[in-house]
Amino acid sequence: MNTTKSKVVIKGTKDGLVFFMDDTCSFQELIEDLREKIEHSHQQILSGPLIRISIKLGKRYCSPEQQEELTQIIRQKGNLVIHMIDSDVILKEEADKQNETPGFIIQTNTVRSGQVLEFDGDILLLGDVNPGGTVKSTGSVYVLGNLRGAAQAGLNGNRNAVIASASMRPTQLRIADVISRSGEEWSDQNGATEFAYLENDQMVVAKMNLLHRLRPDLGEKKA
Amino acid sequence: MGIAIVVTSGKGGVGKTTTSANIGTALALNGQKVCMIDTDIGLRNLDVVMGLENRIIYDLVDVAEGSCRLQQALIKDKRFETLALLPAAQTKDKLAVTPEQMEEIVTQLKREYDYVIIDCPAGIEQGFRNAVAGADQAIVVTTPEKAAVRDADRIIGLLEKEDVGMPKLVINRVRSHMVQNGDMLDVEDILDLLAIDLLGVVPDDDHIIKSANAGEPAVMSHESRASLAYRNIARRLLGETVPLLPLQEKKGVLQKFRRMFGFK
Repeated sequence: MNTTKSKVVIKGTKDGLVFFMDDTCSFQELIEDLREKIEHSHQQILSGPLIRISIKLGKRYCSPEQQEELTQIIRQKGNLVIHMIDSDVILKEEADKQNETPGFIIQTNTVRSGQVLEFDGDILLLGDVNPGGTVKSTGSVYVLGNLRGAAQAGLNGNRNAVIASASMRPTQLRIADVISRSGEEWSDQNGATEFAYLENDQMVVAKMNLLHRLRPDLGEKKA
Repeated sequence: MGIAIVVTSGKGGVGKTTTSANIGTALALNGQKVCMIDTDIGLRNLDVVMGLENRIIYDLVDVAEGSCRLQQALIKDKRFETLALLPAAQTKDKLAVTPEQMEEIVTQLKREYDYVIIDCPAGIEQGFRNAVAGADQAIVVTTPEKAAVRDADRIIGLLEKEDVGMPKLVINRVRSHMVQNGDMLDVEDILDLLAIDLLGVVPDDDHIIKSANAGEPAVMSHESRASLAYRNIARRLLGETVPLLPLQEKKGVLQKFRRMFGFK
């Protein structure tokens, strides 16, 4: 057995095995130790039924190529499935990108026929959406005014997104890939303060005071 | 320096030309110097409604191309000294004039006239851009129909990007008995949706059709309610505060009773 401090420490958890990678040694040393453990010393625990593997890189940054190298070594064993590779550090560019998208905007205008208000995140519109106008967002849509046009929330497939309006009279609502027209399952077109959400892939419209019960996590977002 | 006002609607057939002719004439009746421009190249109508068709020698395209002077193309109205018309060409299309040329023509006219009324063609293409190019203000005409209101909304959205301030709304052809029965959008519904200032409400009136066919703007006569509505609109443009006309049927309750008892 190795007398020097192990570069790769393997621990078992309920969800499978976690590989803790030393973040002070060189990547080459890490690879060697991992190969040694996988191919020779830890044969007995690394065979048998399917095991989920999580890799914790600590404060080491691994390029996609390096991550692929690690993956290749572990994949040699058919019963090891890589669940996730986690690192405490990210590139500056990625960090900037995350900071750039505020995730939330406030707009004060009327979205008229033929106009489209689109945003990557949540939209709070202080104004009306007229028939023929469209509001689109990857997050939720909140209209503090009359929603008489079309609204699309969760453009990227976020099924938890909601569409809320002070006066709900839309021509069409979309959350993720579920489309619903007025005059069908939910509309009484009385322009009440309501919100639309998805329940079992069905569009449901409910009174606004039920929002905190049905989507309790919405409120915790930073405005 | 005068003011250029474009009369537009998006949808066709809602009464842009009628509104232009009547507002222009009503302003002239109030002693203003007014020039009307028909920008509906290829489908000119304003000259017909004004009864000036047979006087056209040069037109808007001739002026834009420089084949005549602006003064040569202007037609003096036969009734009012202070009213003139710059007619559109009937043989070309909207692309025969550019927004820059329009702006130049309107600027020239504004030096001489108090009001330049620009009659815009239907649609949102080149003809619309031409008409809006030189305008300082905009009047949006709509009728109490969903389709017309939808197009008015679209036009207001486009006007917001132009340098014409907040457009003013004229609701044309309101049939009071249909509004009362709930079969037609009422003024409140339309204002709630479009969210712009109301300049006037014009009732649906047979007299408008009669006068247009006769080539006499309706405001010339004092008989019809529509002509009164147009005269009020002109007064509001001049800065007066004029209350809206009551809807016909509200006043007519007494008349209905009279009719019931055979007084009329």
